[in-house]
Parts: sequence; C-alpha cells; structure tokens
Amino acid sequence: MSMDTDEGKTVMCLLTDPEGTHLGSAMYIPQNAGPLQLTQLVNRFLDNEEMLPYSFYVSDEELLVPVGTYLEKNKVSVEKVLTIVYQQQAVFRIRPVNRCSQTIAGHAEAVLCVSFSPDGKQLASGSGDTTVRLWDLYTETPLFTCKGHKNWVLTVAWSPDGKHLVSGSKSGEICCWDPKKGELEGSPLTGHKKWITGISWEPVHLSSPCRRFVTSSKDGDARIWDITLKKSIICLSGHTLAVTCVKWGGDGIIYTGSQDCTIKMWETTQGKLIRELKGHGHWINSLALSTEYVLRTGAFDHTGRQYPPNEEKQKALERYNKTKGDSPERLVSGSDDFTMFLWEPSVSKQPKKRLTGHQQLVNHVYFSPDGKWIASASFDKSVRLWNGITGQFVTTFRGHVGPVYQVSWSADSRLLLSGSKDSTLKIWEIRTKKLKQDLPGHADEVFAVDWSPDGEKVVSGGKDRVLKLWKG
Amino acid sequence: MPQGDYIDLHIKRNGYRLDHHERKRKKEAREVHKRSAMAQKSLGIKGKMIAKKNYAEKALMKKTLKMHEESSSRRKADENVQEGAVPAYLLDREDTTRAKVLSNTIKQKRKEKAGKWEVPLPKVRPVAEDEMFRVIRSGKRKTKQWKRMVTKATFVGPAFTRKPPKYERFIRPSGLRFTKAHVTHPELKCTFCLEIIGVKKNPNGPMYTSLGVMTRGTIIEVNVSELGLVTPAGKVVWGKYAQVTNNPENDGCINAVLLV
Repeated sequence: MSMDTDEGKTVMCLLTDPEGTHLGSAMYIPQNAGPLQLTQLVNRFLDNEEMLPYSFYVSDEELLVPVGTYLEKNKVSVEKVLTIVYQQQAVFRIRPVNRCSQTIAGHAEAVLCVSFSPDGKQLASGSGDTTVRLWDLYTETPLFTCKGHKNWVLTVAWSPDGKHLVSGSKSGEICCWDPKKGELEGSPLTGHKKWITGISWEPVHLSSPCRRFVTSSKDGDARIWDITLKKSIICLSGHTLAVTCVKWGGDGIIYTGSQDCTIKMWETTQGKLIRELKGHGHWINSLALSTEYVLRTGAFDHTGRQYPPNEEKQKALERYNKTKGDSPERLVSGSDDFTMFLWEPSVSKQPKKRLTGHQQLVNHVYFSPDGKWIASASFDKSVRLWNGITGQFVTTFRGHVGPVYQVSWSADSRLLLSGSKDSTLKIWEIRTKKLKQDLPGHADEVFAVDWSPDGEKVVSGGKDRVLKLWKG
Repeated sequence: MPQGDYIDLHIKRNGYRLDHHERKRKKEAREVHKRSAMAQKSLGIKGKMIAKKNYAEKALMKKTLKMHEESSSRRKADENVQEGAVPAYLLDREDTTRAKVLSNTIKQKRKEKAGKWEVPLPKVRPVAEDEMFRVIRSGKRKTKQWKRMVTKATFVGPAFTRKPPKYERFIRPSGLRFTKAHVTHPELKCTFCLEIIGVKKNPNGPMYTSLGVMTRGTIIEVNVSELGLVTPAGKVVWGKYAQVTNNPENDGCINAVLLV
C-alpha cells in the first residue's frame, strides 16, 4: 500500500463503543473515509447481518466529515491515535411533527397528564375536572369519559402490556380502568391519605401478565398494589416527607425520590429498604432510569408487531437486555437544588456524577430511549442535554420564554420534545443540537406532553383545557 | 409586704385551717344550686341579665365542645373539587411563584411609561379646589388669605419638615396624615396593612400628587416586602402600586386594591 500519495494518507484510529470497550485494535484508516465508510467498517467488525446505522464521535463531537478534513480543521496531530466512539442509531427514523392535526375539546378543566399506551394505539388523559378520558386516535375524537375520581386526576399510567390503565387523583384514590370498554374495574383503591404523585408498573419482563404497580404519594408512602387482588400488598414507608416520584427498575427494584432529599431503593417481595442514596440538598423532583422507555413499552417495538401473551415476557426481556447492554442500570435524579445526580445504584451508594448547570430547579429528567442521552427540563427556561453514560454536559437548548415543565423523547432518540409554561411545544434535534420545530397553538401553559411510542403522533395538554394532537 | 395582706401572712405562718379545702369544695359545689335558685326567683331587669349571661355561657360552652370534637374526630379532607387544577409537580410550589410576576412587571413598566393605568376605578368624581382646600386667614387683622389647608387625607413622607409659617402655603393637618393602608390583593383575596411609600398619581391633578393628597382613585405605592413576592430574577419586590377605593377623609382609614 502506497502511503504517501494524496488519497492514500492514513491515520491511526481506534474504534470504541460508548462505554469505552475497544473494537479490535488500532488500525490505519484512509483519511478520506467518512461516517459512511466507518459505518461499513463497524458493521463488518461486529458481524451484523444487516447494515445498522451508526454515528461517530471524536472527543464528544460528532464526526460528519471525512476524518482527514476533521484533522485539518481541528489541527489534530496525524501521528496520534485517534479515538473514535461509535454509537448505534435506531434503525428506524421518526418524522418530526410539524403541524397540529387536531384540537380536541372535552375536558372541563386543565389537562394535567397525558399518556399514550405502550403500543401507541390508545391515548388517555387526566384532568382537573376529575375525569380520565380515552381518545380514539384514528378519528381523533373522544372515545370514553371515565368518571370515578373525586378530585383532580394527577397521573395516568398504562401497564406495559397495554391491558390496564391506572390513574391517581388528588384525593389519594387510585382507579383501574379497562381501556377497551372505558369502565372502572372494581371500586377505587384507597390507602393513600394525600394526593398521588406518581405511578409505575412492574416491568413486563419480570412478570407477565402485568399485575403489580407502585404508587407514590404526598403522604410520604409508596404502595405496591395488585390489580387482580384489587388491594395494596405492601406499603413502603420510610420517607419523612412527600414522595415525589417512583420508578420500578428493570432489575426488580423500586426507586423512590422524595422531598426529604433522599432516594430510597426497595426490594419488591417484602418491601425492604435496600439502599439510600443521599446527595441532594433539596427536594427531589424527578427520577429517570436509563431503561425507562423500554420498560414502559414492554414488548412493543417500532415494528408494531403484536406478540401473544406467552411470548411477551421473552420479547420484553430481549429488548431490555439489548437496551441495557453490559453496563448496570443508571438512574438520574433532578432536584430543587438546581442540580442532577447520575447514579449507578446497583454498584455504589455514591453518585457517579453531579450534573450542574441549571440556574433554576430541575422539574423533569428523562433518559433517551437508547439510554445515551439525558434531557432535563428546568424552570430556568432551558432544556439541557447530557451524555447519558458519563453525565457530561453536551448542550443547552434555549428558546422557551417560560419554565419548561416536561420533556419527551421520540422513540429513535433523535428528537426531543419539550412543553413549557410559555404555551408552546418545541422540538429539538439532537444531531444538530438546534431547534427543529416550534409548535405554538395552546392558549395557556402546557402541562403535559407525550410522544407516542410508534412515533406517529405527539399529544399535549394544558391549562387551556384542550388536547392537541400533532403530526408529521 | 403591704400592711393589708394579713390573711396571706397568717396562712404563710400557720398554714390553712384543717378543714379549709373541704369547706372550699363544698362551697363550690353548693354554688351552682345557689345560682340556680337566684336565677329562678329573680325578676325584671335582674332576671333578664342573669338569663342573658347564662345563655352566653352556654353558647360558648357548646362552641368549645364542638371545636374539641372536630379536632379529634376524623373527617374527610375537603371534598369539593377546586378550580384551577395544576399537575402534581406544581402542587407543592408556592402560589406567589405562580402569580404572574414576570408579565406583570413588564406590563407595569409599560404602563408607567405611557402614564396610563388600567385600574379598578377608572373614573372618579372630580374634586373642586374649594372642596380640597380651606382658606386660612392670617396676619394680625386676619386679612391675608394666601394660606390653604388641605381637607383631605394626605401622605407626608418621613423626611418632611415644615417650612417656617411665613413660607408655608399649604398646611397638611397632622390629623389627616396616613402612613398605612389596608391593601387587598385581588387574586389572593386577602387584605394586608401595608406601609405607604408614596403617592404616585392623584387623578385630580399633578399638584395634588405632589402634595401627597389621597382621595378616592388615587394610585399609591405601598411596601409589599412582607408579602414575599419575587421577581423572575429572584429579588424580592418591595414597592407595588395600589388604588385607593374609599374616601379616606370620611372613613378615617385608607382601603386600597393592589394593581396586578
């Protein structure tokens, strides 16, 4: 091989995956090789049957040009080994939404929570008018109005197999609904003394069909419920102040974040406290798991295939393991002390990293579906993007003129949606780190947003009492 | 020790009579019967007075009993559904952060520039000069008539010192000076007694504004630092405008509504 001709210039490169494992040893790569060629190379090395898309990063910057051009531009020495990090991209692409396809009125009070079912075919919303409403996504019309709560419906959650819907209200009762008929299953479950702040289902790969879920409440307890027995099995008490959020992890551990500045980990068979994570100086507002998206969607993936109930568990486990990779499950917590902590709860009690930068409280944190990014919504009007593995700060998305309440990821992790008090939704593109689409339309604050798991639609609800559906 | 406290002194020296407590208990026990007998046989105004007193006592007793019962018995937290639903993540946040501070400050600044106010009392009755002022005759023969006394409530700053009488054209009587106002917050629907900082505008004319005259419809600036309102930058708001809603000279107090 002639190395001195112009095209034949090479550079020593080392390909690594995001966790830092090397792919082969360092090798010479022609300088005119770009992302496309690198993709081919990685596919060959990994023995992938079909070509998978990858993106490449050199010192945390995405490589979009041939390697030689990059070296010239950034004045990197040709003699050093260039470490290129490859990240697999989703094999499917989700079109960014850009228009409001329907504005559905119906709720008589502010819409407080919205949620797509894991298969993306059903939609539920909870409102201040004490009803849960189910919507028909094909005709974009109201389907069922579920009455049963006595006060504002604060949270709704679908079971990962899509067969149940639970909602929690401000007066502390929990209702289970049959989404096919829109009817209350049994009577409301009582036990919590104050309002419900969060609901999380047991992952489908741990038990199928879905039976158990955990709720957190302002009264300082979290409770595990069984939907078939219709009662509370275990009460997880220990927090001294309100529990603000709860997550059921993929390893069968429940994480609760509370206003008493601690995160507690619970074992689920007897409700024993396993570990306490301390570090925050103020309330914890939100928790997110690196595998949260796949736990939420269970066996449903982008192909939209339905699995028979006996295969569901297997499939979900497969998906979970794929997302998790070899590394342990990561947890991120957003707090009122303006910071976030990245934890590896199964490894250590100490935080992996403290994510600082926000100038106001962090209201919502969310891992991207592939677990590679963390997005955080803050009252300082910005959304920040962090590396989901190291916790390194990546970029700030500025544009909102009011506090950002909620964020939501598209299923391919390429787009991020944020809803704000300034009555707009904004879509941010991760690759360019810029605003992709501004979606004005709401007349008042946007309280809840959700991107459907199949990527077709976005739903938003807010203080102006209407539900808006957005499409690409 | 005072000379008259001979009983105390005796008790101190010799202790109580042996049957003192017994007697006291019996006397107290007999007291109700005695009073009841009295109440039954009293006639006229005396009877009425006793009846009234007994009734008041009974009502009070019932009230306290009910209060105690309420504090011990379990009842459901307020059942009725309130308006203005907010999601769970905003439920614990303070009301004041939700009060639209940001937009208000901008609006207030804009209004200040334009000099126009959208106020609860847009129109007020014009006050003529002879109603506002009383002529004070001065001079040895009381022939000079250049002095005026303000007959309305005024705000006089703490740093004010009177001019020598020869140069003092306007007298603001100290009986009509006010330093505090009862200010109602229209959104929170509650009233605070706040210190007045200054008179921003009297609709009857700039002269009255500079004199600090407060009539109905006047915009005053009040010290709201106690309310804990915060600007978006995190600083505490301390001055806010309020409009006077009553006739202070007639009522002897100033009622105002906060402009938000």
